[in-house]
Amino acid sequence: MSTEPGLETKSRRNVLAALNSGLHQAFAADPRVILLGEDVLDPYGGAFKVTKGLSSAYPDRVWTTPISEAGIVGVASGMALRGLRPVVEIMFGDFLTLAADQIINHAAKFRWMYNDQVRVPLIVRTPMGGRRGYGPTHSQTLEKFFLGVPGLRVVSVAAFGDPGEMLRRIILEGEDPVLFIENKLLYSLPLFDEGDSDELTVRTDWTSSEPNTATQPMALTPHPPTPVFTVRLRGSPPPVLSVAAYGYMAELARKAMVKLAYEKEVFIELVVPTQLAPIQLQPILHSVYQTGRLLTLEEGSLTSGWGAEVIARLVETGDLRTTKIRRLAALDLPVPASGALESAVLPGMEAVIASIVNML
Amino acid sequence: MYRQMIDDTLLYERLYTIRRFEETLLENFPKGVFFGTTHTSLGQEADAVGVLSHLRQGDVVFSNHRGHGHFLAAGGDPRSLFAELMGRATGVCGGRGGSQHLYWGNFYSNGVQGGISPVATGMALAEKHRRSGAVVIAFIGDGTLGEGVVYEALNMAALWQAPMLFVLENNRIAQTTPIEQAVAGSLSARFSAFGIPFAELDSSDVCLIHSLAGEQLDQVRREGKPRALILHTARFGPHSKGDDTRSPEAIEQIRRQRDPLSIQATRLDADSLEKIQAVVNLRIDQAYQAALADPYPVLDSQVADVH
Repeated sequence: MSTEPGLETKSRRNVLAALNSGLHQAFAADPRVILLGEDVLDPYGGAFKVTKGLSSAYPDRVWTTPISEAGIVGVASGMALRGLRPVVEIMFGDFLTLAADQIINHAAKFRWMYNDQVRVPLIVRTPMGGRRGYGPTHSQTLEKFFLGVPGLRVVSVAAFGDPGEMLRRIILEGEDPVLFIENKLLYSLPLFDEGDSDELTVRTDWTSSEPNTATQPMALTPHPPTPVFTVRLRGSPPPVLSVAAYGYMAELARKAMVKLAYEKEVFIELVVPTQLAPIQLQPILHSVYQTGRLLTLEEGSLTSGWGAEVIARLVETGDLRTTKIRRLAALDLPVPASGALESAVLPGMEAVIASIVNML
Repeated sequence: MYRQMIDDTLLYERLYTIRRFEETLLENFPKGVFFGTTHTSLGQEADAVGVLSHLRQGDVVFSNHRGHGHFLAAGGDPRSLFAELMGRATGVCGGRGGSQHLYWGNFYSNGVQGGISPVATGMALAEKHRRSGAVVIAFIGDGTLGEGVVYEALNMAALWQAPMLFVLENNRIAQTTPIEQAVAGSLSARFSAFGIPFAELDSSDVCLIHSLAGEQLDQVRREGKPRALILHTARFGPHSKGDDTRSPEAIEQIRRQRDPLSIQATRLDADSLEKIQAVVNLRIDQAYQAALADPYPVLDSQVADVH
């Protein structure tokens, strides 16, 4: 895993290097950017090394903190209210529960409840997800609990596009609190580069699919730099099924897409939003209306998750050209430590393939 | 040393403004003109006035659920506060926030007890980072001490030298729970454990509070570090409305012994008192009547100018 800043090469830069570079660029661009987190100082550079090099370059603006997740999110939201652009790193997404009051009752509320007179440009970054054997309190995918919090944007990193650029722009241009979810297994993935790939085509949709603020009240500034990626096998026949996925599930879906094409001659389309709330729906609907089938994937537990919201909204359009709709998610169980159990609880690539085949 | 710097009349007028505002609120609540609930600070007005009479340009105040007095003492407009409590478009926050969620200038309040402590700490650190010279004053209460995030905030405020004053108003009762049933150990040790210097006063005399708060704030400004001011006080109003579980005798005794208005009134002659009261009565009544005539907000009226 490449962790040194400035080392990313043109060809195989990975997600971690991109995020690290995005942070460095944001710090270079604006002296109001400040970062708080546990163990973020060099030489350690954070538990997952996303902040590597940052404290050496900007010692006054990178603060290592006590183990006080609620406190540091609160401090950062106070900083944001008073004109800084703070970024908080929560070491494991599981610990977001500790900061939930600060996120829900403070940061996300301020702008709206203060009658739009303040802005809270706060980014809370956190690694999420399992498959590393960390066990029940260090492996979860908890962002579903933060979807639908008015005033809060929930963003999920993808290996498509440039996640570092997305992070940089959110830090520098954002006006509202953002929960920025980084699936741990994405860090080491090389960024997908269409120029490099003769296998996939990626359409990047920059137009916001959020509700129109002219017709629907929102507690957020619309149109952030969060693209939706629509992925197909290059030169494939029309796909017969749409998969909507984010985080590492999108990577599993990408692998499944290739495998299904070569081994079963089944062609699917993959839609990968980078923003989970407010929900990015249009590109998913667009795909579903062509394929007639939708499978949503998520690594969080099944009940009341992102997929449920996607499907509810699809159904509410009243346009049911879709014949089959399914969700695949983790079982409604804690994430076990043992790899043997963990792989039974979290949806893997084989489960993705099986779900797709079952829907045909 | 501060005794000479502010005049007794002005202090009384500020105390009386808060009192008259909150009495008007309680008197009219049964008419159904206010939304939700409210928490008044009858008896504690001297804390608000004593501390916030020291505000300078740029200073930030973070208040809590019992914040009308703080808002008014910080210079907030009674009419827009009435309007906010009545849920009118002209309210401090257009009716969105209500009693516990105010923002005006550099004044903020929120309704979750402990949660404001780290936010206020972050504000102070931002002011320091920007070298604005401003300080932050955060009001907490004895009840707030039950929430752990307060201690996270004290720790970080001390570690990072946040230029702020934590004002702990100990009215010895959290809603209906007496301090003996909710707070173990020492109040001041909670601050000294983090190396935060504190000053403590058990009085409802606005002059004493004003003087001590002035010294503390001067120190905060000079040192750029946090301090705490523990003000033992007494509220003789209910937590909210008609929900006081204390005996009427006990409440009456507090009112007799600890009413900051009676204490400050002894420094003025009857004539001036009457004049101040007449002026403030009129001002508060006009504010109330004006707010009553203000329009209600519509949900999408503010949406158009979200940018």
